[in-house]
Amino acid sequence: MLLRHTPKEVIERNALTINPAKTCQPIGAMYAALGIHRCFPHSHGSQGCCAYHRSTLTRHYKEPIMAGTSSFTEGASVFGGQANLVQALDNIYTIYKPDIVAVHTTCLSETIGDDIPQIVSKAQESGKIPEGKYIVYASTPSYVGSHITGFANMVSGIIQGFANQSERVIENRINIIPGWVEPSDMAEIRRMMSLMRAKYIMVPDTSDVLDAPLTGRHEFYPKGGTTIKELQSLGESSMTLALGHFTSVPGAETLRRLADVPYEFQDIPIGISATDRFLMAASHATGAEISESLETERGQLVDMISDMQQYLYGKSVAIYGDPDQLIGLTEFLLDLDMHPKYIISGSAGKVFTKRINALMEKYGKEAIVKNGPQADMFYLHQLIKNEKVDLLIGNTYGKYMARDEDIPFLRYGFPILDRVGHSYFPSVGYKGAMYMLKNILDLFLDRKDRDAPEESFELVM
Amino acid sequence: MNNKGIPIPEIIKDNIMSKYPAKVAKKRSKSMVINDPVASIEIQANVRTIPGIITQRGCSYAGCKGVVLGPTRDIVNLTHGPIGCGFYSWLTRRNQTQPGPDGENYMPYCFSTDMQDENIVFGGEKKLKEAIQEAYDIFHPKAISIFSTCPVGLIGDDIHSVAVEMKEKFGDCNVFGFSCEGYKGVSQSAGHHIANNQLFKHLVGNDDTNTGGKFRINLLGEYNIGGDAFLLEKMFEDLGITLVATFSGNSSVTQFERSHTADLNCIMCHRSINYVAEMMEEKYGIPWLKVNFIGAESTAKSLRKIASFFRDDELSANVEKMITEKMAIVKEQLKEIYPRTENKTAMLFVGGSRAHHYQDLFKELGMKILAAGYEFAHRDDYEGREVLPTIKVDADSRNIEEIKVEKDPAKYKERLSPEEKASLESQGLQFNNYDGMMKEMDPKSFVIDDISHWESEELIKTLKPDIFCAGIKEKYVIQKSGVPLFQMHSYDYGGPFAGFEGAVNFYKEIDRRVNTKVWGLMQAPWKKEASISASLIKAS
Ligand code: SF4
Ligand code: SF4
Repeated sequence: MLLRHTPKEVIERNALTINPAKTCQPIGAMYAALGIHRCFPHSHGSQGCCAYHRSTLTRHYKEPIMAGTSSFTEGASVFGGQANLVQALDNIYTIYKPDIVAVHTTCLSETIGDDIPQIVSKAQESGKIPEGKYIVYASTPSYVGSHITGFANMVSGIIQGFANQSERVIENRINIIPGWVEPSDMAEIRRMMSLMRAKYIMVPDTSDVLDAPLTGRHEFYPKGGTTIKELQSLGESSMTLALGHFTSVPGAETLRRLADVPYEFQDIPIGISATDRFLMAASHATGAEISESLETERGQLVDMISDMQQYLYGKSVAIYGDPDQLIGLTEFLLDLDMHPKYIISGSAGKVFTKRINALMEKYGKEAIVKNGPQADMFYLHQLIKNEKVDLLIGNTYGKYMARDEDIPFLRYGFPILDRVGHSYFPSVGYKGAMYMLKNILDLFLDRKDRDAPEESFELVM
Repeated sequence: MNNKGIPIPEIIKDNIMSKYPAKVAKKRSKSMVINDPVASIEIQANVRTIPGIITQRGCSYAGCKGVVLGPTRDIVNLTHGPIGCGFYSWLTRRNQTQPGPDGENYMPYCFSTDMQDENIVFGGEKKLKEAIQEAYDIFHPKAISIFSTCPVGLIGDDIHSVAVEMKEKFGDCNVFGFSCEGYKGVSQSAGHHIANNQLFKHLVGNDDTNTGGKFRINLLGEYNIGGDAFLLEKMFEDLGITLVATFSGNSSVTQFERSHTADLNCIMCHRSINYVAEMMEEKYGIPWLKVNFIGAESTAKSLRKIASFFRDDELSANVEKMITEKMAIVKEQLKEIYPRTENKTAMLFVGGSRAHHYQDLFKELGMKILAAGYEFAHRDDYEGREVLPTIKVDADSRNIEEIKVEKDPAKYKERLSPEEKASLESQGLQFNNYDGMMKEMDPKSFVIDDISHWESEELIKTLKPDIFCAGIKEKYVIQKSGVPLFQMHSYDYGGPFAGFEGAVNFYKEIDRRVNTKVWGLMQAPWKKEASISASLIKAS
């Protein structure tokens, strides 16, 4: 037993979090900033946070994560971090030559109350920000929200830094905020849009950044990411599609406020129904038709489900992770006739429970849904100990539960520290759904092959 | 370039510095020295990282909770702070542990108070107490320790009085705290010191049980990455040496509590743990020796040191027998690999001791060390402990507690009489000594403290090493340039590399690294074709 001290009996906790199903804001801010072309994320605080965020992102993507820190020591913590940030900016523009620096805060700089906008204007005044270079920022204290909040805040910060009110509206061109998804997912959204010949700007976009090829040259700024030109043009789009309540709506709302661009909310296109809605929304907004090839992909997905439906029907699932993804995943599992029974997210937000409950009602199922404080993997494990499930889906940390309880385990979400593939194979769109479905089926069928008694071991399945 | 085509180190250094703003160059220049093993050159170390420079370093919390306390299985390690710090240090350091005879093992768990804004505004002590109570009610552990993260120190939560209160309340659970806020000191190193202090105050010396054995040692600064400590435990057992406690690989609270009953402290990682050794010597009279079990030759040397300390013929004979047997196997294995690694080159930038220890293994492979440096070491780890009196204590180090230790009237025991000690010293055994890395490095090789991203990229470009050793943050940066990076914190999920068996594992590992075909696949064949045909066109 790995988690041998986890008792079956659930004792209510009010203060202690055990095995969290969330992490802190700045890592999300760092990830978002990496989706901007030639942008350098900077962590304003002491260097430990930055080291942790870079390490975790590196382990997840197996790619370089370049970011700076204000390297606070005790002095800065007492007297404020202005001098550190100004010096950092000077060094960053001189040595790493980015076009944009994206500053986020940490618990430390927030607790001492550093005023980033004011420090930034000081830096601007004193000429520490070279001509033609930019700086954006977001406040990301980790004692509020989670990594998801940090992502959303940085997306808002980036938009705030560039969005201009525009007289000109480019008809039929939209903005897409994809939410915190993998580079592979962003690439898949791009692919779907280009199959439809639809015009769009996507912000942020980590494809071609965090899935860079090995060539023998380290590109400090890989070729991908939303460009400055695109950012400056966000205000000219006819509307914004915000994929995900938690990760994308705040950015879309910022753009609406600043540049009058209306937005529409859609779920992250995970699974068949959410992809259907995404494509229809994209098609309506851009006037582009949903291509035949996408319809074929949809048909292939449905075909695959119908072929293998017997292995899916009624299977119970426990899922944990980030709210926007869990909403999409829940609907997909329900579409597959499976039963997501325990749904846990450390990130707080009433919309989450509301959406999940509505889905459950629609499909006539029941689930235990918990998010926010003490909605952690320890609690999830206890639920499983009380009533086992057929499948566990979540980030790498679930492998301890999966092994203890002998449950098939699909890695999904953030972070994945022990397998590769998530940066290359998407989970959004019909293709992504097929890939995910294939993985789920492989888990069930491999297990069947492993456990079948000799006489009922099957060749054909 | 000099006339052999090898770039001149002074020029490389100048080029690197020329990119920095003048003030930065001036400061960094003192941390980058061109080695002269004979003349003692001073290197700047343990100073603040310059803001905005991409550094390898982490924080004091990481050094305290992650490094020193992380490997101990039966303490509930509760992070008091917002969720991130606890989350990132959850199972990400690769110290292996056995569940132990009582099966009490909390290593796969992450405990946090997950502070929210109201805790920051109104204080977090109440939540902390409640969290400790909940941990106690659910797990009934032997010990609960509290780790402060940055905001805690600023809002002024007094974790130590909470600890005292809860300890008294429970009666059967030791509760103690570490004020290891990430802004203390300049790197993980501050956290090591803080961890050492608290371990010494709250655990060492609590239990006088002597479990017997003729040769009783502690192993300090061995964290059981990839199972290193398992191999060493076995080696000591085979030699009849009793390992009382390891600080802190595969360790338990009880081991720490009894560690003062050992007769000798053997230090592996000098940087992270020398404080405990010094304090144990003062208070309990346990002498310490620097050892190194990385590298077959170093292992043999270290075993001989221990044997000579105990002055026992049987032990010495056993040690010699083991060395003869094991070295025969090691040499046999090395013979086959050596031609493929000989004359290859390496750079090592990591931690506070490994960048030194692993040089021995590379040398056994016939490889040359072009450059090395630590992430969070002090000058003594580079230049040797003899420079200790000359190290200026700056503001960043001054605020880390130095505990005053006195002889324990009841528990102090002289392990060696002054005459015995003198006689051992005259035979070459050096107590309380560490020579540091620089004396063992080639002249004109680079020694760089707290290397930055820019510096490492330039070194790679100009000196083209066959392998670069560093950590996860550097891993893919370096590999994108076509140079294999070996993660020296996590061993890239391989190992163990300690002792004789470990050395052989390492030889195989490095052989694979420097001889894999993958780097040859980087260029697409049509790219090569294109350049050939282009030159054909030009020629015609
Ligand atoms: S929770 Fe706060 S202090 Fe901890 S890593 Fe995150 S930002 Fe840093
Ligand atoms: S620097 Fe402070 S906040 Fe950041 S990880 Fe370290 S303890 Fe946590």
